[in-house]
Amino acid sequence: MKIYVPADAAARALGADAVAAAIAKEAAQRGIDVQIIRNGSRGMIWLEPLVELETAAGRIAFGPFDAADAAALFDAPETHPRALGLTDEIPYFKRQTRLTFARVGLIDPTSLADYEAHGGLAGLRRALALGPQAVLDEVAASGLRGRGGAGFPTGIKWQTVAAAPADRKYIVCNADEGDSGTFADRMLIEGDPFCLIEGMAIAGLACGATKGFVYLRSEYPDAIAVLGRALGLARQAGILGDAVLGSGPAFEIELRVGAGAYVCGEETSLLNSLEGQRGVVRAKPPLPALEGFMGRPTVVNNVLSLAAVPWILTEGAAAYKAIGINRSRGTIPLQIAGNVRYGGLFETGFGVTLGEIVNDIGGGTASGRPVKAVQVGGPLGAYHPQADFDLPFCYEEFAGQGGLVGHAGLVVHDDSADMLALARFAMAFCAIESCGKCTPCRIGAVRGAETIDRIAAGDAAAVPLLKDLCQTMKLGSLCALGGFTPYPVLSALTHFPDDFACHKEAAE
Amino acid sequence: MSEAAIAERMDAILTAHQGLEGPLLPILHAVQAEFGLIPAAAVAPIAKALALTGAEVEGVISFYHDFRRTPAGRHTIKLCRAEACQAMGGDQALARIEAALGLKLGESRADVTLEAVYCLGLCACGPAAQVDGQPIGRLDAAKVAAIAAEVLS
Repeated sequence: MKIYVPADAAARALGADAVAAAIAKEAAQRGIDVQIIRNGSRGMIWLEPLVELETAAGRIAFGPFDAADAAALFDAPETHPRALGLTDEIPYFKRQTRLTFARVGLIDPTSLADYEAHGGLAGLRRALALGPQAVLDEVAASGLRGRGGAGFPTGIKWQTVAAAPADRKYIVCNADEGDSGTFADRMLIEGDPFCLIEGMAIAGLACGATKGFVYLRSEYPDAIAVLGRALGLARQAGILGDAVLGSGPAFEIELRVGAGAYVCGEETSLLNSLEGQRGVVRAKPPLPALEGFMGRPTVVNNVLSLAAVPWILTEGAAAYKAIGINRSRGTIPLQIAGNVRYGGLFETGFGVTLGEIVNDIGGGTASGRPVKAVQVGGPLGAYHPQADFDLPFCYEEFAGQGGLVGHAGLVVHDDSADMLALARFAMAFCAIESCGKCTPCRIGAVRGAETIDRIAAGDAAAVPLLKDLCQTMKLGSLCALGGFTPYPVLSALTHFPDDFACHKEAAE
Repeated sequence: MSEAAIAERMDAILTAHQGLEGPLLPILHAVQAEFGLIPAAAVAPIAKALALTGAEVEGVISFYHDFRRTPAGRHTIKLCRAEACQAMGGDQALARIEAALGLKLGESRADVTLEAVYCLGLCACGPAAQVDGQPIGRLDAAKVAAIAAEVLS
């Protein structure tokens, strides 16, 4: 008997460890031989802990599962009060196009045999057969763009590194997923770490890099443990080492743990941190692709960009490019979070509208109150009102509306949200996390929070000052932290003026 | 701990990290794992081993939120203060924890340290916290009471 109980951090946060223990105990008492597999999460966080029972017809889901539900699982699974039917048939799951997350929640995360049985390593094998230039062409042709937020074409970045002459080159995976509302990197690393390893090995092969780093944030202890185990297994199996898969070039990956600095998610700050320095931002140019880690050509890619690559190599660029709309091709793992009824990870092709994501997929707010604002793209993303709900989820379309797709996290707020307080939080957060290198961010964020306090105290003259300050931060900051903090602030001010005006009236 | 005892353990840590490219953060993590904080006496040996000045090492330590110069409590509670948790009543969760512990955010006692964290990746089951590294979601009154009972016992 095979039972799956996720070990994903979100499932554990909702009691999955106690559930696994209760199931094991119940099975032991009944003398039933049960194999409990601690898989990743299927992404339906509102159903976590989501227990699955393997049957001849497929995997049957039960959730949200409580430790007290264990006995009934062995008595009559068909009529279990938490039974949800076949996992694959749950509408939220069935509607998705799961490419990058195809194996997450399906397999035992640290079983290489399971990984290969579900298509793992096929991309790397094809990449080895194709050779570097054909891999670069394939990635470029897929239309894949950086999933960390900037949306830079991955193929062009790789080609630049491949063409740069150097004695050493590096592949750096940015797993410093600090944006509130995002958890896809964490879920992928916890649920299918070999996919990231395979993607990095393909990048190394294509670009002529022999060393990779994963810079993983310290706030994710579970992901650190899983990736550490997976790297050890990959070395043992010869996926990494002096000859990739026995015949390829050398490639090694080292896991590095961040130290709680949000700004280190910015690529140049991350590189300084990897080098052992303060995580301050570097001016660009030079681009990291030419002068990155230790001054050498370096690919810095987000987890999701690298994890998309094995599928692209396996199924071909055309299959990937066929999904999505306009210049946003392929799939995007949406992370639906905050005050939302059906929160979780939903991978789908680009082009789904914001309203569909929030209302249709997400089911509206968890509180049952009306949606007031949706922040898209993390703490540096704009607050969108319901008026923006027809906006298709794509890079250019969001940019045109004063927003950003970012790492595709969406945080839903109901009508009790105080937009002035959230705008102030954006400035205060920037002040806490600013690396201090450039003045607009370092000083501007502090002054920004003070200026919003003045508005809250009823000083209407502070509003144009805040707008002016935001303009300075946007244009004058060295990186996206100072440069994009104005997005949530100005969008809150523009779309929800009442929240800024009512404070004035209250003060008068 | 005496300076000699620290120096001895520092030798072992520095030896274990030889050959790494850009080894300072891994070294600092190892030092903190060993001592529970970065002792002042650890700075000079690190600086010497990496051919840095003491000021450069201090600069790196002070940049990152994770590195402590004072000891933490026996238990550490990290409470997420970011937007997704705020949207689910994060302020109320904070008020409950502060009341239950008799401790303000950012404060530390011998038994417990209460820290703010900006995102634990538990954004679809907020408000979220990490207690001694263990993730906790949907932090309601009952869960806060259970955490307080555990850490204060």
